[in-house]
Amino acid sequence: MSAVDGVPLLSIRDLEVSFTTDHGTTTAVRGASFDVLAGETVAVVGESGSGKSTTAAAVIGLLAQNGRVSGGSILFDGTDVTARGGGIARMRGRDIGMVPQDPMSNLNPVIRVGAQIVEALEDNGVARGDAAWRRAVELLQEAGLPDAERRAQQYPHEFSGGMRQRALIAMGLSCRPRLLIADEPTSALDVTVQRTILDRLEALTHELGTAVLLITHDLGLAADRAQRVVVMYQGEVVEAGPAEQLLRDPQHEYTRRLLAAAPSLASRRIQLARRTGGRPEYGEDLLAPSADADGEHAPAAAAPPIVEVEDLTKVFRLRGKGLFSRSTELTAVDAVTFAIPRGTTTAVVGESGSGKSTVARMVLDLLEPTSGSIRVDGVEIGARTRAEEVAFRRKVQPIFQDPYSSLDPLYTIYRTVEEPLRAHEVGTAAQRRARVLELMDAVALPAALLRRYPAELSGGQRQRVAIARALALEPELVVCDEAVSALDVIVQSQILHLLADLQHRLGLSYLFISHDLAVVRQIADQVCVMEQGRIVEQGTVDDVFDRPQQAYTRALLDAIPGRRLDLGPQAA
Amino acid sequence: MTTEPAAQAALHDDLLGSAGDGPDREPGDEGASIWRVAARRLRRNPGAILGAVIVLVFVLVALLAPLLAPYGPQELPGRAEIRPTYIPGPSSEYLLGLDRYGGDLFSKLIWGARASLVIGVLSTLLGLAGGAVVGLVAGAFGGWVDTMTMRFVDLMLSVPSLLLAVSIAAVIGQSPVAVIVAIGVVQVPIFARLLRGTMLAQRGQDYVLAARSLGLSRRTVTMSHVLPNSLGPVIVQATLMLATAVIEAAALSFLGLGGGSPTTAEWGRMLTAAQNELEVAPRLALWPGALIAITALGFTLFGEALREALDPKTRKR
Repeated sequence: MSAVDGVPLLSIRDLEVSFTTDHGTTTAVRGASFDVLAGETVAVVGESGSGKSTTAAAVIGLLAQNGRVSGGSILFDGTDVTARGGGIARMRGRDIGMVPQDPMSNLNPVIRVGAQIVEALEDNGVARGDAAWRRAVELLQEAGLPDAERRAQQYPHEFSGGMRQRALIAMGLSCRPRLLIADEPTSALDVTVQRTILDRLEALTHELGTAVLLITHDLGLAADRAQRVVVMYQGEVVEAGPAEQLLRDPQHEYTRRLLAAAPSLASRRIQLARRTGGRPEYGEDLLAPSADADGEHAPAAAAPPIVEVEDLTKVFRLRGKGLFSRSTELTAVDAVTFAIPRGTTTAVVGESGSGKSTVARMVLDLLEPTSGSIRVDGVEIGARTRAEEVAFRRKVQPIFQDPYSSLDPLYTIYRTVEEPLRAHEVGTAAQRRARVLELMDAVALPAALLRRYPAELSGGQRQRVAIARALALEPELVVCDEAVSALDVIVQSQILHLLADLQHRLGLSYLFISHDLAVVRQIADQVCVMEQGRIVEQGTVDDVFDRPQQAYTRALLDAIPGRRLDLGPQAA
Repeated sequence: MTTEPAAQAALHDDLLGSAGDGPDREPGDEGASIWRVAARRLRRNPGAILGAVIVLVFVLVALLAPLLAPYGPQELPGRAEIRPTYIPGPSSEYLLGLDRYGGDLFSKLIWGARASLVIGVLSTLLGLAGGAVVGLVAGAFGGWVDTMTMRFVDLMLSVPSLLLAVSIAAVIGQSPVAVIVAIGVVQVPIFARLLRGTMLAQRGQDYVLAARSLGLSRRTVTMSHVLPNSLGPVIVQATLMLATAVIEAAALSFLGLGGGSPTTAEWGRMLTAAQNELEVAPRLALWPGALIAITALGFTLFGEALREALDPKTRKR
């Protein structure tokens, strides 16, 4: 890129940011130092709570009300923006642009999209009136929005997530800032959309010579898009350096773990490890599952499949707009057929709206299919007697995406894990207690947590509790609906290992719903790719990933960040 | 505890990972339910403490009225001292002076607190119970039951509450019971709508789906998961409603719908009597008016603080 000279555009030195809360002062960023050169893209990578977004907010002077820069300096083009009267308010937009994280809530819903860009232009004195409007349309075009003239007249709710993000990029770059801060600009979007948007952003900033400070949790994405990567952990910069070098030869322990856990880079480690019964070979072996070497639960290929889904269709009736207008129909799942062999994992992947979660709900018998059949263990689901239903519920259990909403906040962990046992009147109170302890042990949680409430647990711990609850009745099939999507990469990797380990030990079958192909590659045996309610491709993981037949599958695969990287022996 | 090295490593990571949850947690706070956390947050909110003190004083005065009041609610100890143009002011005998009929104002205010508390609490309980039943039915069954109930509730809400209360009191007749029923009925649609709304929101949560996947019956899921998690906003609303109920009780009594005689020890009733004496003895209107306002303020402060303490959005800070 065009790093004209050695003087950094943005220079952060010993930055310390603290927040005043009910419980005193907490320091979110501790002694962070790094530079961004003109025209350069720097990625700040870390898990939630690492202080990466706080650093970005400090640069642009938009910390939450209870936060302040308590030490160090942020020099932008030689001016300390943290100093009182440093003029950060005047620089915002004109010198430093921002693309925020959530495209859904960052546009004003009652103002036309074009007018919102005009506002930015007029506020910063770039253009006025008709000229400003023409410029706004141009900017939207630049950001890759088709039919920009008409789109500029529309309101945010008429835009899809990707279109909104383009509008936000247009807005961020509207005044030709020298630095653009992009805080997780594509985390809320589907992978294919994510890719086109990042491509567009890269081309645009390259053309304009804008420096980019990219905040992301995805190491693969950072490596793809940035020249230099800064890794943050618990408020500190633990490592910084050129992207390639940092990935090839990570110096810090945390970077190594992050690298080992990143699904996009980890390829098929978990699966391979489970098959061979050996321990996976990578980095520091902290995250390895305990692999029982005996492998007595090897998948019995000859047995009939645990789940057979045939011609499954679900049609939703959408209410018409007017009082008397006809309701319209939406086919969410369209003649889907697949089977899950016993003791294996079948993944259903697709973008949002592809119908994959609807399939999961129907297999869980939480939603009635419009037509088609689902047989679990040879028994047709739906229209059963109470006894059959009880038997079915014991056999099939779910793990949901959001560990913050899948546990009843008023139940202690003990009550949550015990509930399935009590509901099915399994054993005496003492036996149930013993079983709960056993389950906590199986998911590697200390018994001390049993008296706690979900609000006191971390996301990873909650997901382990959800797994313990799902396993309580010794199910044969576990439906994981985006079970690891809401977790930080390292925790995600631990949960995936735990799931693989449990499958190996208990002979479980998984129906694994995910939008993340990288994760699917790690855990699944079979893959079904869904697009708009239909399965467009299915086969073994190797077939689908190495020899994709459909253009759609190829597009999905190409969009995985970090795929272009070749890390040599590391990525075995 | 587990001994597997991998498990321990995972545990270690999770503990590290949980550091982000740290700020809101304190030592000794383990196993604290939402309610205990809320109680702790209430203790740190000056508004909540002020509200709680007002409410507590009000309740204590109401309960201990027989001990605190120098005279009974209907007694007219200073009857002989009243002149048509003169009502005696504060003295050592009568702390806040006498009213038009020779009753001790101080005693009557204390007894009035009791009347307000009884009417406020009973009417709110009535509204809460009725609203809970209606809301529960609508929220639990959904479908056409929900539609029918909610349209009926909308109908009730479309009538101005005071007008509705006046009509109900007019039908039942003038008595404290009429006031209680009138205020209670007016509250029913508000509670019903609130409970139904929260229940619908909770029903879509993953933990409810998880409970259904366990094979729990619809009744069990509703009663042991959905309902308990929907009660927070309802309890907050009930606290706020107490304030409204105290004001409305005074208003209905002021309009003469509470029955009783001009000498009845009830704040609204006292205001009615006082309006004729505004020029002679304005304090007769000031004291009951101020007490109504302060009591309502106390319940409102406490209710708002409770809402904040229970709000999941602010809970993390």
